[in-house]
Order: sequence, then structure tokens, then C-alpha cells
Amino acid sequence: MYAAPFSYHRAASLQEAVKLLQELGEDARLIAGGQSLIPLMKMRMARPTALIDINFVSELGDIRTPKGELHIGALVRHADLEHSAAGATIPLLHDCAAGIADVQVRNQGTIGGSLAEADPSGDWGTALLALDTSVICFGPGGQRTVPLEDFIKDAYTTVLAHDEIVTALHVKLPLKGSGGAHLAFKRCAPVYPTASASVQVTIEDGSMCKDARIILGCVGLTAIRAKEAEAALRGKTLEEKNIRTAADAARAAADPQSDMRGSADYKRILVGALVKRAIGIAARRARGESVEAGHEYAGR
Amino acid sequence: MPDVKKVLVRVRVNGEAREAEVEPRTLLVEFLREHLNLTGTHVGCDTSYCGACTVILNGRTVKSCTLFAPMADGGEITTVEGLSKDGKLHPIQEAFAECHGLQCGYCTPGLLLSTLQLLKKYSRPTDGQIRKGIAGNTCRCTGYQNIFKSIRMAAAEMEKR
Repeated sequence: MYAAPFSYHRAASLQEAVKLLQELGEDARLIAGGQSLIPLMKMRMARPTALIDINFVSELGDIRTPKGELHIGALVRHADLEHSAAGATIPLLHDCAAGIADVQVRNQGTIGGSLAEADPSGDWGTALLALDTSVICFGPGGQRTVPLEDFIKDAYTTVLAHDEIVTALHVKLPLKGSGGAHLAFKRCAPVYPTASASVQVTIEDGSMCKDARIILGCVGLTAIRAKEAEAALRGKTLEEKNIRTAADAARAAADPQSDMRGSADYKRILVGALVKRAIGIAARRARGESVEAGHEYAGR
Repeated sequence: MPDVKKVLVRVRVNGEAREAEVEPRTLLVEFLREHLNLTGTHVGCDTSYCGACTVILNGRTVKSCTLFAPMADGGEITTVEGLSKDGKLHPIQEAFAECHGLQCGYCTPGLLLSTLQLLKKYSRPTDGQIRKGIAGNTCRCTGYQNIFKSIRMAAAEMEKR
């Protein structure tokens, strides 16, 4: 399949990319990994008249840990995070990175592109919301920092101006006694999840939940923060009864649509089960246990 | 109509410098097949699902139907044509032939390259690692059992050498 014709421009720097976006106008788009944009262009659901390739901008591909914070460059590929020390430090990031689509897509797709695309079924918008994440954007006026909860406005819609670029994400390192998990249920590897849940809990004295963040994915136009589910855990012990109350609250907070991946009712039940399981894994990790988790497939 | 000026794409394919001027919308798989005449890489679903078009770009497998050729400029590419040396099949190819890891063969070029990347990461992969390693490659003939056998045999053979 051929995409509609476009002109190709390669940016060597961020400044050049912004300048090109301004010159080429509203029908120009940035391309990074291309794993969402290229399929859309081949199906002619997207028809940019110009593509600005930022893959050759060198400063966007690093992962570092300046004090108390994790810096993830926008061009970091999912596979880079999967195999990074940062993934080992924050298991929730590894859960997410290691399960997105398949090996080939993870080798090419970028974390910045995934967030800027703001696909309601994307994984990063859900996973990173469970942590304290800021999106670093660069435009003609310089740099600005946007908290992730303010960055994604709606399905496929962010606060980015046409001539603005995501350059990095800053994630606050979770405190000691904090643990998280990102669980997603998929029908097979290359597809988006049917539902996902990201949970981060901070524990005191073995099982007292000091704080909780519970995010639901693929069951609304954007990732949903289930605040009532969080409240059901905060200040309580992480025992079966409280976890069940939180899962019920998460189910109520979900706003799924029926589609080829499942009915709305099915997704609501599924996301509750994922939340329940994710809380359990997050709590074990908060206590220092090493637990494997991530995307699960049907039939396994 | 936008200015679709052709773009010069220079790559190294299987160790050889190759180049062609192409329209920017040329997919990497079309660049390889139609401009460089390397037809070993297959177009399967053409929707980033099946993995028949898998090639290795700069040490990593990618789906060449989901990359515009200019994005690969300056890159080092391995296609299925680069696996055999001096007329002798690569141990992975031998194992697939030996264990009947293919029937129609359409998915095979992609599976061979995904196997190569998998075995670089794990010299003796577990079944779980194999499953995850080839999750992006769909085969509609074999039912995968013989592909697993082939990968295990290739791993054993490559360890010996």
C-alpha cells in the first residue's frame, strides 16, 4: 500500500524541526518511529503533505537519572527501556515497555511518539500516569514542562501546538516502600490491549497503604485515573476486602466502548480483574519482592 | 500536490553499499524488493501485523513495511539473502529445512531474521523466550511446533560452532 505523496524533510536539530513545522504549515507532521503514523498513512486515514523526520536529531535518545528523576528522551525506543537499568529500577516501566506490540515494533516505536499520538489504546499514557511524569515540550518560545495529566486532552489530542515537539519525559523516582505494576490483556502480540491497568502503591509497616495511584487504560477516550479506587486503599491495610472494594470502584470508573476487542461489559469486568491483580503485584514489589508481570495474552 | 522530490537513500545491505533515488513514500520493503531487486523479503499483510517483511536494521529487527525508506538512510541492513555464505546455508536455515519449520515458506524470511536476533540475545532460549521472540511473526501453515523445533536445533548447532 502506498501512502499519499508527501515531501520529506530531515531535521538535524530541534530548532530546525520547529522551523520546518512553521514553514511547512498545518499539513506537515513529525515522524519518529512511525509505528502509528505509517499504518495510518498507508490506509490514507492520515495524509500529511510533508513529513519532518526527527530520527536524526541526536540529543533525543538518552535515558539518564539526574537527581531523584528519570529523564527519558522522546526518541527512546520501547526496546531501549525494556533493556534499561531504569526498567529494572521501576518495574512498572519494564512491564509496559516489554509488552507493547511485538519485538519489531518495540525496536522502532518511540515513547515520545506514543504519548504525542495519544491513542486511547496506547500503553504509555496509562503506565506513566501511575507515576509522577512531566512532558518536556520545545517550541518557538523555548521549553515548557507540562504534567502528564494535563498533556493528553482527549483521544488523539494533546496540548502540543502545531510547532511544538515532545523532547523528553521526566519521571520522579518512586520512594522506598513504593511498588507498581502495569498489566494489560491482549488477544495476540501485535494488537493493542483490550484493557490495561497501572497501579503504584506506597506501603508502610508491611501492609498499610500510605498512597495509591490507579490508572485504567483502553476503557475511555483517555487513560482514566480511578480516584475512588485509590481512596478505597489509602490509609487502609492491603487486605483482600479493601482490594476488592478498590477493584469495584475501578470498574465503576471505567467508561468502555464495545468494539471488536470485546463488549463494554466484558471490558469493565476485565479492567476490574486487572486492577485487583495489579494491586497485589504492586504491593509485593513495594515489599521488595521480585515479581514478573506485564502484558498477558488470551489463551495462555 | 506536494513537492514529492525524490530522495537519495544510501544503505549497506548484507555488507554491500547500495543506493537508489526514490519517492519519499517508498516503504523500506519496496525499496529492497523493487529498487535493489532483493525479493527475498516478502510483503505479507502490509499492515505491520504478520512480520513476513522483517529485516535487521542497525542490529535490530524491524517490519520493513512500516518504515519509509529515507528513514533507513545510512543504515546497515541484513535481509534473508545475507544469511547464507559461499553457497552454504546458515545454521538457522538448515534447521528450518531439517525440522520442517516451513510449509509454504511465505513467512520464512521474516522468521529466520527474528530467530537470528533472538539467538543473539539468548543462545539457548526457553520456550517462553522463543514465544516472545517470534510473537511478531505469523505463520499460517505450521502451527509453530516445527518452528520451535527448528529454533531449538539452530541454537544447539550455533553453540557448537
